[in-house]
Parts: sequence; structure tokens; C-alpha cells
Amino acid sequence: MNTVTLANDSMTFPSSGTTTTSSVNKTDVDIHSVVEELKRAKQAVGKPFLDNPKFKTRDVNVYYNQTKQAIFNASLDIGRNEVIAMIGPSGCGKSTYLRCLNRMNDTIPGTKVTGDLLLDGEDIYAKDQDPVLLRARVGMVFQKPNPFPKSIYDNVAYGPRLHGLAVNRSELDDIVEQSLTKAGLFNEVKDRLNSPGTGLSGGQQQRLCIARAIAVSPEVILMDEPTSALDPIATATIEELIDELRSSFTICIVTHSMQQAARISQRTAYFHLGYVVEVNDTNTVFTNPGHRLTENYITGRFG
Amino acid sequence: MSNATAIVKAGLTKRYARERRFRLFGLVSIVISLSFLAALLITIFAQGLPALRQTYIQLPVNLDPALLAVNASDSPELLQKAKYAKAIEAALIERFPGVTDRKQKMALIRGLLSKSADNELKSQVLANPKLIGSQQNFWFLANDDIDTYIKGNIDRSLPEADRRIKDFQLAWLDDLEAKGQIEKRFNTVFFTSGDSREPEQAGVLGALMGSFYTMFVTLALSFPLAVAAAIYLEEFAPKNNPLVDFIEVNINNLAAVPSIVFGLLGLAVFIQFFGVPRSTPLVGGLVLSLQTLPIIIIAARAALKAVPPSIRQAAYGMGASRMQTVFHHTLPLAMPGILTGTILGMAHALGETAPLLMVGMVAFIMSVPEGITDPATILPVQIYLWSDSPERAFVEKTSAAIIVLLFFLILMNLLAVLLRKKFERRW
Ligand SMILES: Nc1ncnc2c1ncn2[C@@H]1O[C@H](COP(=O)(O)OP(=O)(O)O)[C@@H](O)[C@H]1O
Ligand SMILES: [Mg+2]
Repeated sequence: MNTVTLANDSMTFPSSGTTTTSSVNKTDVDIHSVVEELKRAKQAVGKPFLDNPKFKTRDVNVYYNQTKQAIFNASLDIGRNEVIAMIGPSGCGKSTYLRCLNRMNDTIPGTKVTGDLLLDGEDIYAKDQDPVLLRARVGMVFQKPNPFPKSIYDNVAYGPRLHGLAVNRSELDDIVEQSLTKAGLFNEVKDRLNSPGTGLSGGQQQRLCIARAIAVSPEVILMDEPTSALDPIATATIEELIDELRSSFTICIVTHSMQQAARISQRTAYFHLGYVVEVNDTNTVFTNPGHRLTENYITGRFG
Repeated sequence: MSNATAIVKAGLTKRYARERRFRLFGLVSIVISLSFLAALLITIFAQGLPALRQTYIQLPVNLDPALLAVNASDSPELLQKAKYAKAIEAALIERFPGVTDRKQKMALIRGLLSKSADNELKSQVLANPKLIGSQQNFWFLANDDIDTYIKGNIDRSLPEADRRIKDFQLAWLDDLEAKGQIEKRFNTVFFTSGDSREPEQAGVLGALMGSFYTMFVTLALSFPLAVAAAIYLEEFAPKNNPLVDFIEVNINNLAAVPSIVFGLLGLAVFIQFFGVPRSTPLVGGLVLSLQTLPIIIIAARAALKAVPPSIRQAAYGMGASRMQTVFHHTLPLAMPGILTGTILGMAHALGETAPLLMVGMVAFIMSVPEGITDPATILPVQIYLWSDSPERAFVEKTSAAIIVLLFFLILMNLLAVLLRKKFERRW
């Protein structure tokens, strides 16, 4: 994984036990007291808010099946052209929060989202806000590479065709080539654009999905554990790609690899039991966490 | 060796014996069912294959203008009305001179050739009027009793009174055989004509076309409706809604309703209320689509459900609407499964008899239907009708029709299997 050289690489972790998850801090086993504590803290530790953010989210609550609450009063900002990493134990609501940002939760029946979510100051849950348009502005890459069972070309061309972004075939060709190039895939597939996207390797498939997402020129790209199904080399390639994409897009990435978060993100948000516990510069979160739960997590006391 | 191990070991032999016995039972039941199937197929093929050939008799016919009462130069209308039966009668008497007994003469004129002989002659002459005035050899379809004898289904060692072919007829047949004037040929009549009271003239084409038009109506009605219903229920209907659940339960119930009930419903609703003409592929197809609809809905829903959610997510994530997601991705991916279910449902409908009896598709219809509103019968009903006919020669026709039906059923099932193989899940 050392192929990626980022500023964060030189960072040292407060504890050497980042990969062991054996010793659990006794005080955190009692979930009720932890929840009480989280509820009392009205706001995340660190610097959750920014000037002129890309995304501004305040008091976001998400309920599944009308009743089961998965996110509690989440308030944080996402900056322009930054990579923000969402970390936390599994089931803490990272994916749920991420899916609010392009209203993918709308597609899950019985889901309710409350609070303010503003993209460039616009309420994305407003009545007149069209989720179709929103998803063209906020693209998404999923955990398991999910190219359509169509050709590589058609995969990338799907979004532009759907939204009518190209007036003719040559324009579409250009968009496809540019998107594949940006996703670092063009040279590998240029001779077989018409072969099925599902025939690529896992890492290539995921880059194809990224190409598909950026083909509609979104402003934000959401990534939900995009490398968790990939081998280390493919992961490194994607991480490099994410760093390059930062110049054109805002990227929110959910990851369960703290090393990954450290390597590729500028800011990190730590989620716990549906609460945003701490948001800060990645460097600060990993070297000088402001909350006991964050520290426990990054030192590997629970995972 | 510990105590527990000893106990287990003691039980082992028993366990193995039980397992062996179970396997044996399974094997025996498979062998029994396979042998039933084999017996069925063997009888049907043994009985039905002879129907593929039919006996023909060669007869020199003098196309005498005086006898026919027409000339070669006459108009086709006049040629239509020429006395072909007379010419054949004369030819038969000439071929077997010396038949004086009235009964034997009747048997010669009526019983040797099929009743269609004069029609066969007519079409030959109409096709080539220049033949008039000359002596020509023609092959005519033999009567069904003759055919039955030639195929070895009448035992000549029986006492004369017990067989349908008498001694004097045997003498004629022996004479014809000796001169090479009787032979079995491929039975084109069976595949090119409709039903008939005369076994040698009866064909399966009428029923086949009837089945085809009925299936066409069934498919045209049930496929789009069923797919639309399945898409709605699977992709659009609210989950955990009591009304939707109620509809689902009832669709499943509908698939289990005995088919005769659909026939009664069709009779009451389509024929008596809406006035759809009875005995037609239209009404038959309407009834069968009632029965096929739930089958296709269930298959289509299963196929839609099998499309991985990740594909839908990808589409939604790209900003596709629900409808676009369905029509761009889910439906095309589910299509092989839907088609497989449809073909199986259609195969089921193709073999259906009971409900069609209720809507009058059991009538005796000689003409081959040319559309969905022509009176028609269908293959299984044709089989039923023939199996019920007293003539010996219909036995082989019945089996031959079963072979035709089985052929199409197997073809459809094969198609379903191929479809499933070809589009096996690729994600
Ligand atoms: N579709 C769903 N229906 C009901 N509950 C869900 C659904 N998706 C997630 N949850 C619940 O919401 C909580 C947060 O889940 P998720 O956002 O997937 O966590 P993470 O991505 O951090 O692992 C979990 O308790 C999970 O069980
Ligand atoms: Mg998740």
C-alpha cells in the first residue's frame, strides 16, 4: 500500500495496537451510559462546521420503517473539493448518513429523513427538489462494484444518455473517453469498449463505476466503502484516483479502514451509534482525538 | 475405546442399513415412474407412427369425354361438374372384371378407395385438362379398412364373418399387391387437412391451427397483462399494504383454480354476456389467458425479484427514475426468466382440454380455421374426439395426434430450458 504517498502517510497513531481489537474498554460496554452521554452532547467534538460549505447538514434524523431511528441529530459541514472520510464501527449509520446526501434513502420504503440538508444553500429535501436532478449533481459509488450488465461504453454513456448531456454520438464518445480517462481506466479498456463491463476485474469494475458516476459531471461523489471488496493493489489505485478527483469534485467516502481514511481524506467524521461524535481535520482526529470514543476506535479498542 | 464411541459404533451398522434402504426406495420409485413413462411413450409411438404412412391404390382410369360428360376445351366451371365418380366406377369395374354379385360390386365401388377419390381425380384433371381423352394411371387414397388391413391390423386367419375384409376383397388386394398397385406412402393428408368422418381423410392441421390461434390469443392477452401486473406488484406497489397482500394471495389462489372453472366462467361471461362467438380460438384464448395469467405473473415476479438490488441501486444512483430503472435494467434482466415462465405457462395451456370443452371447442369442424373468429377445435380436444370414434383406423390417428401434441410440448419446454441456459445469471 506504500505506492500511495500522501501527507498523511507519515502520521503516527496514538497507539500501536491499531490492528488488534481484543481489549474492550470496560466503561464503553454499557451502551446506555454511552447513549446518554452522546445525547447530552448537542454537537460533535472538533470542527464540524465550515465557512461556505458544499453541504450543510443540521439536526439530521433518519428513521427506518417509520420508527427505527438510525441517525440522531447529525450536524456537520462538507467542504468544497475536500475528501471527507466517515468512519466508525459497523452499524453506526455511516451509510445511512451518506445516502441522505443524494436522497438514496428515498428508494428504501418506510424511510423518513428530517432536518436540514443544504447543497450550496439549497434544501435538497424541499418539495420542489427533484431527486433525479439531485442524483445527477451528487453521484454515488457503492461498496460492491455494480456495473450494469452492458458494455463498458454503455455503462459510462448511461448517465449522459439518461440526462441528455450529449447531442450526438461524437459528443457522447468524448464524454465516455474523458470519464474513463479521469477514472484511470481508458488505457486498459480502450480496445474493448464494447465488451461487457461485468467482464472486468473487481478493481477495474469499481473504476468503471467511478467513470460512470463522473460522466454526468457531478459536483459531489459519494463513496460507500468503495474498496472493501477489492485487493490491496486495486485499492491503492482507487485511493490514488480519489486524490486526483479531489481537484474537480467534493468526495464523501465511508470507509472502515482507518489507514485509508488517514491516507486520502482531509477531514474525518467519526460516527458512533447513530451520532456524529467528532469531526475534524484528519490529522487531528488520528493524532489528537478530542473524544474518548474516537480514541478508543482508532486505537482499535472496538471495531 | 470409550463407552460413547462403542455405543456410536454399535449404532453405525443400523444407520448405514437405514441409509441404504432409503436410497433403494428412491431408486425403485424412480425406476417405476420411468418405466411407466417408457411404457406410455412406447405404446403411443408404436400405435401412432403407422399413421405417418397411408395406403394408396393405383388405378388406370380412362378419362373418356363421354363418360365424364366434358371436353378438354371446356371451361373450368364445366370441368368442376364433370362426372369423375363415374369414371372411377368404370375404372374399378374394368380393373376387376367379373364382379357380378351386387354386394361385392358395392364393396368394389364404395369400399376399395376413399370417398375422396373423385375429388382427387378432379383436382388432377383441373390441374391438367389435357389429360381428358387419355388413359392414365392414378394413385388413390385407399379406404380406411383397406389401410387397416395393409398395416397388418386385420388378421386374415380369422373366420370370414369376424373380419371387416371379406375373402373376395382379400383376393383383390392380393392381386393389387402382386401387380405392385398398392403401396404405403407418406401421409401428407394427415398434415394438410382438417378433421373428417373418414379416417383416411382426417388430418390434424385443423386442430393444429386451432391450437395455434388459441395460443396466439392467449399469449397476446396474458403476456402484456401479466408482465405489467408483475412489474407493478414487484417494483411499484407499496410493501406491507393489506390490499396489495390481498391481491397477491388471490393471484396465487387463481393459479390453483381447477381449469374447468375457468371454462364455466368463460361460458357465462365471454359467450353469454359479451357475446363472443363460441367454438372460436378467440373465446378459447380468452379462457386460457385467465388460467395462464397467474402463472406468468408468478414467474415474472420471481424473475424480477431475482435481479440483484445492486443493479437497481446503480440505476437510482445515476438518477434514473423508478420507471427508467425498470425498463432500462430490471425488466431486460428479468426477461429470460419471464419468457421461461411464459413458455411453460403456454405449454400448460396447449395441453388444456376441459375449459375449452365448456366454450364449444369440441365441435366437429372439417375446415381448417383461418383466423381467431373461425370455428375451430384444438389438438387435445381433437385427440379426445378421435379416441372416442368407433373406426379402427382412428386409433392410430389418435396416437399420431398425441405425438404431434407431445412434439410441440417438448419443443416448448426445450425452448424454455435453452433460454434459461443461455441467459444464466451473469452477475
Ligand atoms: N434498509 C434498512 N432498513 C432498516 N434498518 C436499516 C436499513 N439499513 C440500515 N439499517 C439500520 O440502520 C443502522 C445503520 O446502518 P448503516 O447506515 O448501514 O451502518 P454502517 O454503514 O455504518 O455500517 C443499523 O442499525 C442498521 O441495522
Ligand atoms: Mg455501510
